[in-house]
Amino acid sequence: MNNLLECRNLSKSFGSVKALNKVNLSIGQGRIVGLLGPNASGKSTFIKICNDLLTPTGGEIRIAGKKPGIETKKIVSYLPERSYLNDWMKVSDIIAFFQDFYSDFNRDKAYDMLKSLGIGKKDRLKTMSKGTKEKVQLILVMSREAQLYLLDEPIGGVDPAARDYILDTIISNYSENATVILSTHLIADIEKILDDVIFLREGQVALTGTVDQIREESGKSVDSLFREVFKC
Amino acid sequence: MSWELKSDRPIYTQLIEQLELRICSGIYPPGSRMPSVRDLAREASVNPNTMQRALTRLEEDGLLHTSRTSGRFVTEDINLINQTRNKLAQEQVRIFLKGMSDLGFENSEILSILTDTVKEWSI
Repeated sequence: MNNLLECRNLSKSFGSVKALNKVNLSIGQGRIVGLLGPNASGKSTFIKICNDLLTPTGGEIRIAGKKPGIETKKIVSYLPERSYLNDWMKVSDIIAFFQDFYSDFNRDKAYDMLKSLGIGKKDRLKTMSKGTKEKVQLILVMSREAQLYLLDEPIGGVDPAARDYILDTIISNYSENATVILSTHLIADIEKILDDVIFLREGQVALTGTVDQIREESGKSVDSLFREVFKC
Repeated sequence: MSWELKSDRPIYTQLIEQLELRICSGIYPPGSRMPSVRDLAREASVNPNTMQRALTRLEEDGLLHTSRTSGRFVTEDINLINQTRNKLAQEQVRIFLKGMSDLGFENSEILSILTDTVKEWSI
């Protein structure tokens, strides 16, 4: 299996609700993939399964040929939707924390990026704005030399300038041959940096393609197509 | 010069045009070394693979060439750059003519308006 991520008939139900319903996907190396869909389409469920935070109720998933678990966590860098860092922590605490957990964490790279934002070692998370905290977390995640970056809503809740900074950080820092999967519903802001898009609807794959393929075939931006496909 | 990318056309074709424009206007002079793919991608806020594809296309067209050890360079073939420049000029003129004919102007009127405007400009 050459693909970095592969799933067959992947399903997850919460009681009678089918959050994911027979999803089939193959994602190769060196791609930036947008996982797009309206609220409750299954984006976060998918990302959580990839990180072994949820177990599928049907089908299977393989990351670099392995089931999600300890081995895959070594090669997957995950930015969750919500912060798991404690407010009392200083920047140096968080860096030490990441260094303990991940052997592929590049401490100097993290400090360099933080420095360029004017964030020092002794700064506390508590004193940071929401936007700055999100940037710090993204820096931590992108400072790992991982094979797969899974970013759940990396640009939600920050202003447009911060969004540009975040996208810039993603483009400049994912390691070569690594793949980035990011979920969002803010498509217009990110479509330029994507190779491929996956539209999810009610737990199923509604459409996949490359951004330029979609633009060429539909004569529209991915954002406009999305608005059409998911018109309420 | 900022990278202007419209949302309704493939990014790849627009990057080719923008790179050609930068080569013709001397931002990337003949014989000079091009920035890296990642730097260009970052500057244009686009996916590095898409930028790579556009650069490969310009290599096929001969505007760029890669030296195995030292990177990617702009051609020193001034004729080729001039040809590209003429191609871009014709595209600009076509866009202008389309806009004028949408406004209902005949070719002869367009020519006289153009001549007058050029005169005013050069004063």
